[in-house]
Amino acid sequence: MKKSLVSHKVQVMPPSGIRVFFDLVLGMKEVISLGVGEPDFVTPWHIRESAIYSIEEGYTSYTSNKGLVKLRTYVSQDLKRRFGLHYGVEDEILITVGVSEAVDLVLRALINPGDKVIVCSPSYVSYAPVAELAGAEVTRIVLRSGNGFKLTPDDLKKAIEPDTKAIIFNYPCNPTGVSYTKTELSAINRVLERHGILVISDEVYDELTYDFAHTPFATLPGAKERTVYLNGFSKAYAMTGWRVGYACGPKDIIAAMTKIHQYTIMCVPIMSQMAACEAVVGTRKPVEDMRQEYMRRREFVVGRLNGMGLSCRKPQGTFYVFPSVKKSKMNGMDFASKLLKEKKVAVVPGTAFGPEYDGHIRISFATGFDKLREAMDRMEEYMKGL
Amino acid sequence: MDVILELLQKDARITPQEISKLAKIRVDEVKKRIKKYEKEGILLGYRAVVNKELVKDKESEVRALIEVKVAPQKDLGFDKVAERIYSFPEVKSCYLLSGSYDLLLVVEGRDLKTVSRFVSEKLSPMENVRGTVTHFLLKKYKEDGIILKCAEEDRRLAISY
Repeated sequence: MKKSLVSHKVQVMPPSGIRVFFDLVLGMKEVISLGVGEPDFVTPWHIRESAIYSIEEGYTSYTSNKGLVKLRTYVSQDLKRRFGLHYGVEDEILITVGVSEAVDLVLRALINPGDKVIVCSPSYVSYAPVAELAGAEVTRIVLRSGNGFKLTPDDLKKAIEPDTKAIIFNYPCNPTGVSYTKTELSAINRVLERHGILVISDEVYDELTYDFAHTPFATLPGAKERTVYLNGFSKAYAMTGWRVGYACGPKDIIAAMTKIHQYTIMCVPIMSQMAACEAVVGTRKPVEDMRQEYMRRREFVVGRLNGMGLSCRKPQGTFYVFPSVKKSKMNGMDFASKLLKEKKVAVVPGTAFGPEYDGHIRISFATGFDKLREAMDRMEEYMKGL
Repeated sequence: MDVILELLQKDARITPQEISKLAKIRVDEVKKRIKKYEKEGILLGYRAVVNKELVKDKESEVRALIEVKVAPQKDLGFDKVAERIYSFPEVKSCYLLSGSYDLLLVVEGRDLKTVSRFVSEKLSPMENVRGTVTHFLLKKYKEDGIILKCAEEDRRLAISY
């Protein structure tokens, strides 16, 4: 057999085990998909309109590597207004191609060979592979459904080793919808502070928090110097396709990230940055309306799922629920495949987010209410027929 | 505006239980307020929004916006004349406006003839009506905040992280 030219690092990266399932979904027609990880709203018109205008005006050039000064200024003002968080426009904010790029940059900027990075499981799919690509050794903390999939200070204490450099922390969390109150975060912060561990805090779902106010990790006492705060426009403003996010943090880390960013990406497309400017300064009405609509769907979906025996907690944020499929006596993958074939409803098997979660599925309620109702009816029939 | 009314305006099918959870108001209080709004004429009905661009409805094939100039009456202003006009079932909406004319009507009928006859036989001869201008409606794009278009196909990938 011909020797592969692909690097060892990439060769050993685990292939996405559910690729086959994804292909099955994409090849089928008339499926109601509850497997979508992005808002079902299109970007609000005032934002789209301002991007169109910027193109008409001839904004087609590169921007500063760090991103448009205007956008960094707006982001800085927005964080100050919403959370009392202060980040300098010049050297503490970097505009990135979504939070995804920011995660990659921060890991590459930080990791030396042998450094360990903590990743909670279940988690968004990119964290562990990207950390490993950057040369880190990943320590996984397996969150238990008994704890409501919450990270506890005890879990953390057990996972920390002398070489542990950072933790990737995401809340509200994709796929569980779990978020944390200020008190819970403070307890976690105390452990991390004791060991001087840096927090890479992915808070891209912060605007979709339902039961209490969102607390950015960087606002906790003493945490700002040890936190790289990541956020973006995709979820709050339904701007996934524009690919705009940002990283805020200590000057030296932002400078290091900027160095990599300037060599690899150069800058975020200017049209997307112009659209993001309008998102921050324009009306917040659409954000509020979307949040309210998600809340309504959350009540509905959680009620229906528990009613049909797919037990789940009410997510505190995001547009996901992570129910157990124990009642079906199948694992998540079989459950999802059979559901897709028999009822044409697509959900994501829990193993996509961590190998331990084969008893779960992720359901996204970023789908119109009528479709959601239809999907729940079909799932109920499915459960009855088992 | 009361959040209960806002939610009902968005979707009249929402249940008091759902409203209760979203607005964090007790269910019995939600029901009580809805009753009160109904009694006070604040909640006038619960209807489906039909896109008439796509349905054949014989009785409302032709729609017209009609500007009406009116001589106001002593002590009564425009109200009495307006009442005489809006009482015709053909008149679907009636507004009093500032500017070069006074009333704006939305009139529906089965064909051009019906609407024209309404204007020439009912509206124009009316005492206090000084003149009318009829605009036949060719296409509706948006009404009451609702864009009259088929729901667009979902362009998102059917599955993503």
